[in-house]
Amino acid sequence: MRVKNAIIFILLIALVSLAAFTALFGLEVGDRSIRPISQSMKQGLDLQGGVYVVYEAKTNLTGVELDRTIDQTIGIFNRRVNALGLTEPIIVREGDKRIRVELPGVENAQEAIDLIGQTAQLRFITFDGEEVLTGANVRKAEVNFVDGSPSVGLELDSEGANSFSEATGRLDRDYAPRAQERTIFIVLDDEVISDPVVTERITGGRANITGRFSMEYASNLATLIRGGALPVDLEEIESSTITATLGVNALNRSVQAAQIGIILVLLFMLVYYRLPGIVANLALVIYILIVLGTLVALNATLTLPGIAALILSVGMAVDANVIIFERLKEELRAGKTIRASIDSGFKRAFRTIIDANITTLIAGMVLYQFGTGPIRGFAVTLIVGIIASMFTAIVITKFILKLLVGMNLTKNNKLFGA
Amino acid sequence: MNIIERRKIWFALSGAVIAIGLIIGLFSGINLGIDFTGGALMEIEVHQELPVSEIREIVNEFDPNANINLLGRDRTIVQIRSTIDFDNQERLEIFGKFQEKYDLDLKEDFLRAQQFGPAVGREIQNRALISVLISALGMLAYITFRFELRFGFAAITALIHDILIVIAVYSIFRIPINAPFVAAVLTILGYSINDTIVVFDRIRENLKFMKKNNYEQVANDSIKQTIVRSINTSVTTLITIVALYVLGVEQIRQFALPLIAGVVSGTYSSIFIASPVWVMLKEMQAKKTSYNPNPETK
Repeated sequence: MRVKNAIIFILLIALVSLAAFTALFGLEVGDRSIRPISQSMKQGLDLQGGVYVVYEAKTNLTGVELDRTIDQTIGIFNRRVNALGLTEPIIVREGDKRIRVELPGVENAQEAIDLIGQTAQLRFITFDGEEVLTGANVRKAEVNFVDGSPSVGLELDSEGANSFSEATGRLDRDYAPRAQERTIFIVLDDEVISDPVVTERITGGRANITGRFSMEYASNLATLIRGGALPVDLEEIESSTITATLGVNALNRSVQAAQIGIILVLLFMLVYYRLPGIVANLALVIYILIVLGTLVALNATLTLPGIAALILSVGMAVDANVIIFERLKEELRAGKTIRASIDSGFKRAFRTIIDANITTLIAGMVLYQFGTGPIRGFAVTLIVGIIASMFTAIVITKFILKLLVGMNLTKNNKLFGA
Repeated sequence: MNIIERRKIWFALSGAVIAIGLIIGLFSGINLGIDFTGGALMEIEVHQELPVSEIREIVNEFDPNANINLLGRDRTIVQIRSTIDFDNQERLEIFGKFQEKYDLDLKEDFLRAQQFGPAVGREIQNRALISVLISALGMLAYITFRFELRFGFAAITALIHDILIVIAVYSIFRIPINAPFVAAVLTILGYSINDTIVVFDRIRENLKFMKKNNYEQVANDSIKQTIVRSINTSVTTLITIVALYVLGVEQIRQFALPLIAGVVSGTYSSIFIASPVWVMLKEMQAKKTSYNPNPETK
């Protein structure tokens, strides 16, 4: 029995050490590798730098029309963001009239916002580079049917009609037989979305872009041209930009704070509770691994408040162990044996731990429900932390404590702090 | 030590701290964060410690009431806080002035900017208030269900005490009240109620052995039995938060300071506020029911 317990105990320590090492530095076995936690977690904007903007559409539209306008706007945003070549942008509708744009890791945050929020640049350019029209000249762009097949009908304002008639006249006259030179490129944010060939001089401000279009293609093209200017006025109602240097600095200093805080807590427990302190510390390391593992599994984003919650929860996680050990001491003082004390101590501490933690859990859940952005990250960490701390205290601490007692190392109650 | 008997001392002590904080708050105005009021915040690295008057000169053009701070180890970071929600164009313009004068780089030196429209501010403020209320009600309900209504009231009194203490600390140190403040307050609520429950749990247990309705004795004994745990838990929690406060970056420090105050206050209130209030409530109840022919009623 003693030997068996000792083996299990040593195995447990080895396993926990290996897991902790993997979490910190990663692991490579053959051609399989596990990345360290710090690299396998998504980092929030406050840690890797970047920008987020929340826009609100200034419109009285409702229902389906509002949905369409917002969808169009999101489409335009997507194209602009893609043009910037950013990784993992997030563009989502928030509530009814709001759109949140998150660009992690963007280098020049201020300029990025500028580029995304601007009224788009739709231009009609001739083969030889003359700008014929801009988006402002296009009054309407919609699908219509020419000879029964879908095409895009344009309606221009008077200024646009004039310059369009002039340009198409010139192309028609100068480059009569050559289709290539008679092309007008429709360019949206530096991307050619259509390149129709002029067949004749177009006067009166109405034109049709025809081809063997499918209905879908024509409708998309019309949307793009229409969307050249954003379909709706947008107001920047919330935004935040952080340089990557600032984010990295925040991450490094928080990690340092975490390391020092955790080491001090481990020392305190060891000095104050001795043998149970070792057990508590082992449980605490397991606790941290469980929390980090759960956060990775939930694909949670690591944010600054999240790290704060994590560090805070370490301090609080010790609480359940403290409650148990104080009970244990009382039972020992009452003259019970170590084994009996563990059983009754855990039984009596169990109710306290549940009641105390459920109330904290209530605060965490409310925080999650009502918080936004980084605050949510804080709440998630807090909730995961509370549940994990209950589990480690009630299950793991008890298991290790019994294991130790089973090894019959000592009959000295002093080692249990009593 | 008879903690319950000296309750007037504890109540007076807490009352004094809260009063000082609230008076300071009333006179100098509570410092609301821009996420509550709407506004903009910018942080610019200028690589030298500038006299505030020089910064003021530039900023006055945009908002004469803007708040200017110097941050960073060598105070080389200029922080501008305005209640005007400058949009991106305007922010770039302000930065441009600094850029021109001190030869800065847009990519590197425009460290941080935040902007909240006034409507968003009101929304966040409302949501914060609602979330604190809902948590308090949820906790009251849970304690009433698991313990008894009087325990619930006593615990909520302690919570209100903690929130007031934290607000007092905010107003004394002039820390802006913002969304992280709400997170800090809710965390403190959770921590404080946790602490209170541990004491109440022991009272509940000891009530079984109570002699002659001596609530004061029961509360005193229970506090004595749990005080080591209360102190040790707050020590481990404080170790981690103080580490955050000492080593963390500005945003974290703003969050850690109220937490430190909250943890101390939460530990204090479960012993010196919640338990005495519970005893008072029980004694009031005992007086009311003293005409009751059935003295067994608790």
